[in-house]
Amino acid sequence: MKPAIELRSAVKRFGGVTAVDHVSLTIGDGEFFSLLGPSGCGKTTTLRMIAGFEFPDAGDILLHGTSIGTTPPHQRRVNTVFQSYALFPHMTVAGNIGFGLEMQRVAPTERERRVREALELVRLADYGGRWPRQLSGGQQQRVALARALINRPEVLLLDEPLGALDQKLRKEMQLELKRMQERVGITFIFVTHDQEEALSMSDRIAVMHHGRVLQIGTPTAIYERPNCRFVADFIGDTNFLDGRITANRAGHAVITTDDGLVITGTSDRSLTIGSTATVSLRPEKARLTVDVPPGDIANCFATTVDRVDYIGSDTRMLVRIGSERTVSVWEQNNRSTLDRDAYWQPGEAGYLWWPAENGLVLAE
Amino acid sequence: MAIGGITAAGARSGARRRLAMLLAPGLFWLIAFFAIPLVVVLAYSFAVPGPTGRVEWRFTLENYQRLFGETLYVSAYVRSLWVGLLTTLICLVAGYPLALFIVRQPPAWRAALLFLILIPFWTNFLVRTYAWMIILSNNGIVNTAIQSLGLPRQILYPGEGAVLVGLVYGQLPFMVLPLVAALDRFDFTLMEAAADLGASRRRAFWHIMLPLTAPGIAAGSVLVFIPTVGQFVVSDLLGGAKVDFLGNLLQRLFTRSNPPNWPLGSAMAVIFMVVLTIAIVAYFRATAEERR
Repeated sequence: MKPAIELRSAVKRFGGVTAVDHVSLTIGDGEFFSLLGPSGCGKTTTLRMIAGFEFPDAGDILLHGTSIGTTPPHQRRVNTVFQSYALFPHMTVAGNIGFGLEMQRVAPTERERRVREALELVRLADYGGRWPRQLSGGQQQRVALARALINRPEVLLLDEPLGALDQKLRKEMQLELKRMQERVGITFIFVTHDQEEALSMSDRIAVMHHGRVLQIGTPTAIYERPNCRFVADFIGDTNFLDGRITANRAGHAVITTDDGLVITGTSDRSLTIGSTATVSLRPEKARLTVDVPPGDIANCFATTVDRVDYIGSDTRMLVRIGSERTVSVWEQNNRSTLDRDAYWQPGEAGYLWWPAENGLVLAE
Repeated sequence: MAIGGITAAGARSGARRRLAMLLAPGLFWLIAFFAIPLVVVLAYSFAVPGPTGRVEWRFTLENYQRLFGETLYVSAYVRSLWVGLLTTLICLVAGYPLALFIVRQPPAWRAALLFLILIPFWTNFLVRTYAWMIILSNNGIVNTAIQSLGLPRQILYPGEGAVLVGLVYGQLPFMVLPLVAALDRFDFTLMEAAADLGASRRRAFWHIMLPLTAPGIAAGSVLVFIPTVGQFVVSDLLGGAKVDFLGNLLQRLFTRSNPPNWPLGSAMAVIFMVVLTIAIVAYFRATAEERR
């Protein structure tokens, strides 16, 4: 089976700015694939090239093995859910959903039947006669989805489709989108700047920055094994402990920071002794205890608690090692109590520790 | 309570008085210079022209019979409506791409282009129409250009063609400006959505852009059509009195003919008004249907 979408070193420039810089991607059939990155990273331009609204300046795009690099959008079996929904205001909901079939000159009776099916799919069976302006944001979103899916596209493109919804509706639509994708089995390419959204919905994620793809992987791989500082920083929260490589063993590297901390972390690459590097330590992967932990722990430092933020599910602490360095550490509140002693207080002393595999050594 | 009631009533009547005062000047103007003259014109149209130009107050339908019977008048009606329609159509076909082009420019350029469209208004319309006489004359630049290509000289002026050129030239801005306003409100993402759903550029235009800019088309068409049908200056100057519009006949009946025939002129004006009203109502109905 040919991949649903293949980008071969695609380039797009606007004036002097390279919006998409030699991006290569292979997206499998039926995959839920996300393009994730901050605004201006090129994710939307990449999507627009797949849709056909922009043509690549160099490189090629293949849809199930056929080059579509210069095919106009109306001849691609690809459909888009727009960020603004882009529903036609002078057509009813049914008119909007049936537009694609009308353009394909599908017979009216067949069209009506499929519009009804599509309305049921997005749970808007009784809304066919309404006007778009009479619908809520979530309903408009579902009409946009139905309008795209009714054409049975080979690939469905979604450009930050949940951006305009409030937090609660957003979570609901995330679930619904994911369920819908599993049901129809169509490849979804989803553009978002919301890393949590990307992590929870995607089979695989491509993290983009300055027009380039930095890393492609499963949500777990992206979060647990970011391949560079930007990815580690952009996805989730992390502490960076900068220093120089001082030792290098199988799968492990030792870094010494400027303030003299010696930290052991995992590394899947062999790093040259003396080169600058950083340890990325996620705040939930370190522990803070009153006593020295038992057994042989690779990294353990005496600290004092600087700040405590209680946010309900977690308590987030900023702890100080020595005089200058602060590290963020989160503790899950897995015990329900009002007892003050169960929580850390600013000024208390403790030990911050984590096993070597919880810190990831990244080359600079 | 009683006091409250009195003051509330007092305030209400005060508000009513203020409203009446605010409306009075406009209302007076409309009644004195629009409604009453309209009634007078209507009354004249059923009266008899006297030998000296005075109106004789005897009821007659003869004016209307003449207007519907004599070729001179019927052909002026038909010509006015036909040339008006043609002018509107040409302005629309020429103005729509122009408006679209202007709207798609970056803001600074756009303002400059709109400014350029308005610049001709700085010169008196009569002067600009005289300029066309020179441009289209036997030794004008158009004929010079034609001759330099080795082709025979053309009689461009006076004639119906010259009138059409002059009218389109004068009316085009009135079409472009409402179209720019309508296209400015148009969300161009919708064109991408249409293309995405399988519509070629042409079909996306017919299905999406045209119906959604229909209000601008309607406004522009009315702004061009009505003054064009009623005008007499351009047809007089560029038509060389061979291309009589309604306005030319009206002008002659009221001022130039000896004796003047006000009843016939009034009847002509009444017919003109009725026809235009019907045409415009029908047109607005049709475009309103389109946008729903």
